[in-house]
Amino acid sequence: MSSIVCKDLCKTFQQGEEIITGLDHVSIEIEAGDFVCLSGPSGSGKTTLLNAMGGLDTPDSGQIQVGDTRVDQLGKGPLADMRLHKIGFVFQAYNLIPVLTARENVEFVMQVRGEPAQERSHRSHDILKEVGLEGMEDRRPAQLSGGQQQRVAVARAIVSQPALVLADEPTANLDSVTATQLMDLFVELNQHHNITFVIATHDTRVMAYAKRLIKMRDGKIISDEKQQHPSTVVS
Amino acid sequence: MTITLRMAWRNLWRHKRRTWLTVGAMIFSNLILVFSISLQLGSYQMMIDNSLKSYTGHMQIQREGYNEEPKMRSSIDAIISLAGRVRDQLGNESVAARGVAFAMTSSEERSYGLQIIGVEPEYEPKVSTLPGLITRGGYFTGLNTEEIIIGAVLARNLRVGIGDELTLLGSGHDGSFAAGIAIVTGIFESGIAEIDRSMAQLPIGYFQDLFGMEGRGHNIVINAADLSEVESAKQSVSSVLKDRDELVVLDWELLQPGLKQAIQADFTSAWFMYGVLIVLVAFSVLNTQLMSVLERTREFGVMMALGVKPARLGSLVITETAVMSGLGLAIGALLGIVMTWYLSIVGFSYPGMEDMAERFNLPDRMYPSLSILSIMLGPSVVFVFSLLASIYPAIRLFFLQPVTAMRAV
Ligand SMILES: Nc1ncnc2c1ncn2[C@@H]1O[C@H](COP(=O)(O)OP(=O)(O)O)[C@@H](O)[C@H]1O
Ligand SMILES: [Mg+2]
Repeated sequence: MSSIVCKDLCKTFQQGEEIITGLDHVSIEIEAGDFVCLSGPSGSGKTTLLNAMGGLDTPDSGQIQVGDTRVDQLGKGPLADMRLHKIGFVFQAYNLIPVLTARENVEFVMQVRGEPAQERSHRSHDILKEVGLEGMEDRRPAQLSGGQQQRVAVARAIVSQPALVLADEPTANLDSVTATQLMDLFVELNQHHNITFVIATHDTRVMAYAKRLIKMRDGKIISDEKQQHPSTVVS
Repeated sequence: MTITLRMAWRNLWRHKRRTWLTVGAMIFSNLILVFSISLQLGSYQMMIDNSLKSYTGHMQIQREGYNEEPKMRSSIDAIISLAGRVRDQLGNESVAARGVAFAMTSSEERSYGLQIIGVEPEYEPKVSTLPGLITRGGYFTGLNTEEIIIGAVLARNLRVGIGDELTLLGSGHDGSFAAGIAIVTGIFESGIAEIDRSMAQLPIGYFQDLFGMEGRGHNIVINAADLSEVESAKQSVSSVLKDRDELVVLDWELLQPGLKQAIQADFTSAWFMYGVLIVLVAFSVLNTQLMSVLERTREFGVMMALGVKPARLGSLVITETAVMSGLGLAIGALLGIVMTWYLSIVGFSYPGMEDMAERFNLPDRMYPSLSILSIMLGPSVVFVFSLLASIYPAIRLFFLQPVTAMRAV
């Protein structure tokens, strides 16, 4: 069963006089439970593709299906609902609401989802422990390191057990050790919770973890290969 | 506390100075509004009261029909003793009988038609400010003396002074010819040209002789302790009139219809000022919240990307405004109450007020009167307008695209 199917996606941006190609007839299928890296130089269309899959931005043409949902056919409201309930997002940086503590950041999105208070406090506690932030629940983002902030973002993304996590350059602001730890966490979540991961990156350390590595350039997919021996969690 | 409320509260203090400036503007306006509205509502009472105490009184006893058509023959029998009984009934000295007639009044040089009022010299000063406004000479020396008090403008027109003699010609109670003389003993300056030009007073005993009234008069003026006691005093007076079917008690709203509206209309400019104040506060809120939304574009973009809907973000912005306005309301109203309460006890006067008071024989201090209405009216309008002002920044969030918002710095 395919988790994500994209057919013939095109997207252009206009910047002043110039027309910029974001996606140029991109078609891919990603299976449930896969761990995929979108790689390529900056400007190659990784973010644009990820945003299209996540229903953050609509392509000019083409079809996108995530699970049973035709994402390209949804309106604004249903798209927001889909993002809220079905997909976990991790962005490059400054992911968190600065005035809320780690725990409140996780709980806020749960509250928006309409989850009961008891459940929220219970699960936020557990999930922060799982991502290795026990004892730091009450710190605000400014009191956490970049790696810890990304862990909070991951905790927030997976707390309601989405089938799919989309991460856009999650390690871009992290040092090598922290980046490796974050990737280990992703792999672990992929294995234990069977969450599909699609990670856009141009970080070779990250690519090493991918089961499937898709390379992009100028809005096109230029290579797509399964990796036989991706790095795995050393535990 | 819900997460939204917690977020709103903490977001406010991300820019302490900006928030305090806005809250400060609210506190200031609320303070001013509580004080001014209390003072204003207090002065309605005071101005109505002053206006009535200058001549008309809080209520009057008249023969039925006199108020609509003041005829010489619509009179009250044995008016002086009736006034005495009312005084006893109320235990209140502020009751005085009057007669009203018209007469051609002549000095050696000139003649004018005047309204002649017969008054009880002992009690008239208690129901009217006019006797206190005599600037030359004095008041009557007796009930039956041939004395007359006239206004300053009239004195000038007639070219008379204290001690000069005036001749009065008119028609009496039964329509017969009435004539007499009187010595000018006092000249008053009410400051109202109409009164100073065309009104004169005689002691009521002499008035009755002159106009053939045979103990009659036209009205009994009654003042209660203050406006709020008019109604109960009226009940009490009515009981004295049980056996006098032809007489009625009229309160000031019947005697001076339009007085209330006229005084309230006088404050239109004050309401306009309040409007300006409120609009200024609303703009300050608009500015603050617009800036606070703009600088959080990226943050809101991230939240929207996660699936948080604009309505929820909008309600966050409005909650922030409500918390801010709530602070301004609580602190402003509290300070307003304290200040107004203090001034309602010691009184309040503005430069020049004492001079005016002396000239017009009026109280020299104003007393704001605190009420739920005067406390809540201004601050709650400020609150509502602040919330309204935050609707625009909140609505802007509906036009935010998460992808573009996240690209913002
Ligand atoms: N909102 C936008 N407006 C204008 N150009 C954009 C916009 N988003 C992306 N682009 C352009 O589209 C191309 C692909 O961008 P992107 O998908 O962000 O690449 P990547 O994530 O691989 O660096 C780039 O040339 C980028 O400048
Ligand atoms: Mg990118």
